[in-house]
Amino acid sequence: MQVDIHQKDDLLIAGLSGDWELGRPTPRFAQLLEDGAATRTARGIGFDTSELGEWDSSLLTFLMQGLTYCDAHGLEFREEGLPENIARLLDLAEAVPEADLDPGDQETSFLAVLGTKSISAFEGFLASVAFTGEVAAGFVRLLRFRARLRWRDFWSVVQSNSSGALPIVTLISFLVGLIIAFLGAVTLRRFGAGYYVSYLVGFGMLREMAALMTGIIMAGRTGAAFAAELGTMKITEEVDALETFGLSPVEHLVLPRVLGLFVMMPLLTVYSMFIGIVGGLIVAVSLLDLTTTQFVGGLLTPITLADGLLGVFKGTVFGLIIGVAGCMRGMQTGSDAGAVGRAATSAVVTGITLIILANAVIDWTAALLEI
Amino acid sequence: MTKNPAVEVRGLTMAYGTHVIMQQLDFDVRRREVFVIAGGSGSGKSTLLKHLIGLRKPAKGSILFDGNDFGAADEDAKRGMLRRMGVLYQNGALRGGLALAENVALPLEEYTDLGPEAIAEFVSLKLALVGLRGFETFYPVQISGGMRKRAALARAMALDPEVLFFDEPSSGLDPITASRLDDLILQIRSSFGTTIVVVSHDLASIFKIADRVLFLDIKEKTMTALGSPSELRDNPPSEEVRRFLTRSSEADGHPPPASNHEPIRIPQP
Repeated sequence: MQVDIHQKDDLLIAGLSGDWELGRPTPRFAQLLEDGAATRTARGIGFDTSELGEWDSSLLTFLMQGLTYCDAHGLEFREEGLPENIARLLDLAEAVPEADLDPGDQETSFLAVLGTKSISAFEGFLASVAFTGEVAAGFVRLLRFRARLRWRDFWSVVQSNSSGALPIVTLISFLVGLIIAFLGAVTLRRFGAGYYVSYLVGFGMLREMAALMTGIIMAGRTGAAFAAELGTMKITEEVDALETFGLSPVEHLVLPRVLGLFVMMPLLTVYSMFIGIVGGLIVAVSLLDLTTTQFVGGLLTPITLADGLLGVFKGTVFGLIIGVAGCMRGMQTGSDAGAVGRAATSAVVTGITLIILANAVIDWTAALLEI
Repeated sequence: MTKNPAVEVRGLTMAYGTHVIMQQLDFDVRRREVFVIAGGSGSGKSTLLKHLIGLRKPAKGSILFDGNDFGAADEDAKRGMLRRMGVLYQNGALRGGLALAENVALPLEEYTDLGPEAIAEFVSLKLALVGLRGFETFYPVQISGGMRKRAALARAMALDPEVLFFDEPSSGLDPITASRLDDLILQIRSSFGTTIVVVSHDLASIFKIADRVLFLDIKEKTMTALGSPSELRDNPPSEEVRRFLTRSSEADGHPPPASNHEPIRIPQP
């Protein structure tokens, strides 16, 4: 591709020749003119394309540069010398878009950004409160037989959180029991108190770890799934469709899921307690030379029903938190493909944060009440 | 310039598993023509398009792109062929997280060694050609469906493809916008000399842009007509084609048979 500039009367004629192909280096229009020999007294720029070979968009971008250059320097751009199809494309490219949209002001000052963020954070908080309220109201309606539960959805949540969740809950709980027992074995043996390792495992699993670990697993597993599922429904307008049927999305989609988790979390927590203690037992028997009878004896004497119930209570609360957080993030999903991913991530983060927070609050209260 | 047809389809059978969608498809897409694939809903138009652009493998037969068998090509050759075609998906299929300019720049960055400045110029040109001058920094969610489609067309045209494939270009667009898109398709063909393959069941659009129409018949499970749309309308080779091209629901071309019910009497005041 070559451009040869010469002057003809009061016009500069750019002679375009050769093949113009995408990927080959293109001459810069402005440079050609400014590198040119004579001081130009030209009124405009014309073209000679008699030598022009094959061409593609690279020629068009070159000509567009020319257009911009001419506009900026008050020169006339003479299309006549160009082949008709090229001139037509240039006209097309020059046409003003028929619709104009405002992308919205992008405020960049620190205070403005801070203000916008604070307002949206506060609005997010309000939306969470409103959503939780809606779910609670739905529950009340359900209890008063005013709302209809989708039993099929409920059972599918129950199923995926029972048989579906058992393997991972078993593995994690077993390992956590094992870890607590290891900690106990190493530290307690120093004081000759190895016998109390069962107390440590029992107390730890029942009051704290069973509910906490099950909660974290469920937040990652079920909370994220809820958010992705509802988020996709939101994007495909399934949620809107429900609303136009006069069905409340909260009753129809959220309640069965939250309720399913509410029912299953305590059961999973109890299961996790049991498996964790088995893990502890294995360490105690193999590392501390305790017998199974000694381990169980050491476990049953100090531990009360209240410890177990506290764990189950926590599990139930965590179940509600995960369900509501997951569904809420799903229902708040935006409209692009990345939104579902963000909703799922946000559901897990929200779920785990709130679980840890709730755990601290419950522990504190239990300590005050001497439970 | 080579003399091969842009696309050749030879004895193609398309199937999902054992379920045959279409069989014995034999046709050429000539260079610089607007070739429309038409047929009723569910007849396998979009499936055929997926075969033509290499997303699905033929169950039987072969597809030649500029004389080269797509199915038999190795990865490099396939990439080379894909670089020479552009596809406009039904809903645009723009990356939602990227601005329009970034979307259009995607294939340019992938396939060429152009610097950022040159890419920006190319992108602006392509967007301007589809009537989206100045929309570089917009995101797909911020613009209308018709504009999204045009932005996707700019992306499909980014590498100056030899063949452009369109999946239902007018679906979801109002008649004016759809007709503008048709104009643009014709404009691209006449200016760049691009071969254009369109999947469509929009009659107005077919009559406006098509040089030739391929008609897929869902009952026969094969192609039943190939020719210019007005020719096919005037001398339909099958009843199905006639009904499709005249937009009629009756089997024999007569108005629906009168029902046996008594005519409704309008009470006189």
